[in-house]
Amino acid sequence: MVQALRIRNLVKTYANGVTALRGIDLDVEAGDFFALLGPNGAGKSTTIGIISSLVNKTSGTVEIFGHDLERQAYAAKRMLGLVPQEFNFNQFEPVMEIVVNQGGFYGIAAAEARERAEAVLQQLGLWDKRHEQARDLSGGMKRRLMIARALIHEPRLLILDEPTAGVDIELRRSMWTFLSELNAAGTTIILTTHYLEEAESLCRNIAIIDRGQLVENTDMKSLLSRLHTETFVLNLAAPLAMPPLIPGYVLTRLDDTTLSAEVSKDLGLNALFAGLSAHGIEVLSLRNKANRLEELFIRLVEHQS
Amino acid sequence: MDTPAISTPAGTLSPMMHTRAHWIAFKTILIREVLRFSRIWIQTILPPAITTALYFLIFGKLLGSQMPVMDGYDYTQYIAPGLIMLAIITNSYANVVSSFYGSKFQHNIEELLVAPVPNWLILAGFVGGGVARGVAVGVVVTAIALFFTDLHVTHWGVTIGVVLLTSVLFSLAGLINGIYANSFDDISIVPTFVLTPLTYLGGIFYSINLLPDVWRAASLANPILYMVNAFRFGILGVADIGMLTAFGITLGFIALLGSVSLYLLRRGTGTRS
Repeated sequence: MVQALRIRNLVKTYANGVTALRGIDLDVEAGDFFALLGPNGAGKSTTIGIISSLVNKTSGTVEIFGHDLERQAYAAKRMLGLVPQEFNFNQFEPVMEIVVNQGGFYGIAAAEARERAEAVLQQLGLWDKRHEQARDLSGGMKRRLMIARALIHEPRLLILDEPTAGVDIELRRSMWTFLSELNAAGTTIILTTHYLEEAESLCRNIAIIDRGQLVENTDMKSLLSRLHTETFVLNLAAPLAMPPLIPGYVLTRLDDTTLSAEVSKDLGLNALFAGLSAHGIEVLSLRNKANRLEELFIRLVEHQS
Repeated sequence: MDTPAISTPAGTLSPMMHTRAHWIAFKTILIREVLRFSRIWIQTILPPAITTALYFLIFGKLLGSQMPVMDGYDYTQYIAPGLIMLAIITNSYANVVSSFYGSKFQHNIEELLVAPVPNWLILAGFVGGGVARGVAVGVVVTAIALFFTDLHVTHWGVTIGVVLLTSVLFSLAGLINGIYANSFDDISIVPTFVLTPLTYLGGIFYSINLLPDVWRAASLANPILYMVNAFRFGILGVADIGMLTAFGITLGFIALLGSVSLYLLRRGTGTRS
């Protein structure tokens, strides 16, 4: 089966001498929902920039659905849709015109582009705003406009660079649903995000990039199974001067009525609660200190540094 | 948001579909450019109309009435082709430099870079927009000129040819300026300090045969002189320069600037890091 994306030995050194990518190999299977994660400045945006022809590579190869981006640029580009991190449309153009024009750049005749634009704008809840200038849209609407524009030529590979940055929770959830359904309909999706909960709940495979190198490239389940401990935050009924000593658990006092507990998968929570009860400590509620992927991500990136 | 219903397209196209797709992409860029300057006609079409009317009023009617006959025409008639060409040159240049730099500034040039639009098509689309504005302003300015003087086209082929080639040439120059520009200051430096002086010294208001030999020779190094004179020949049938030379130099500059533009677009200068 042809891979949606195949990257080999991708290197990028900028004119100022900074090497952003140090020989990356990456494969994304067709139909995948793939997370590309990494701290700021790790090389994610450079990688996406090269895939989408916005950044010149120094060396290496990129293939999109088997088409070499350099030698078969036309075919490769037709396969790709990009939702960039920053708003990159003409703020003074009407919504409909932005989407229809993008169709034109892909060789879609105006009448057909208008039909497609209506469909995607309806799907993304922007049809009522079609005559408004882009600058008059809210932040969330602008993000949806960029998704609509990226879908007008029906790409087989859609790359979204932090699509939910700065959008409210309700819209974020509806975008997750939309993207999941788009993926289920056959579109391969690559997502970068700083909301690791988003990657954990949406993506099946994951690559973590740090300092221009891939530090992890695996499926989400395997990655999460490597996490042997989880940290919980416990809210207590009464103030506590010192955390109790309970064998097998690391307890830390966060404030008078809050404890954090590092819990091994082997031990579970029952023994912890039994130990707390034995010390006369009543727990009102508990929550994860951070989501699982976030803990792994921090460990992997810290390990590198 | 509703459920998506996106099908997947074929990746490759037949040569005919390929050509059709390129034609659609070109039309899209061109129409977008025309709509851009049409929407802001108060900034793009009206100012050259007012400026040209003032030129005709002051240099043509008030001062021109004191001037001798030039090459068999009264002064207002003599300067009319040059003033029309001045408007065409400055507007074709201004359209491309401001549109291309604006696209870089707002990052919407990325819409074209991501899409399967070859560099020559990006060049053709922006230059097409510059030509459209140059011609549109040329028509408006010509209409204004007719309020002040009589004009009859002597050589239609020369007139149309020089208008199109000149607007292509200065659109290309505007594109190169737009590629290199990093600020709004950068897009006004060349028009202010290079284009305007060259245009004023390009034989709009005088025949170079009236100049001392040294200044006459210096004027021949000004490419705008050839276009102004070719246009004057097309309208009035008189010129200081031979048409073969004028068209040869214009085409030569087009080939040079076109090659430079394509090279810069291919390298990604100013557009890709």
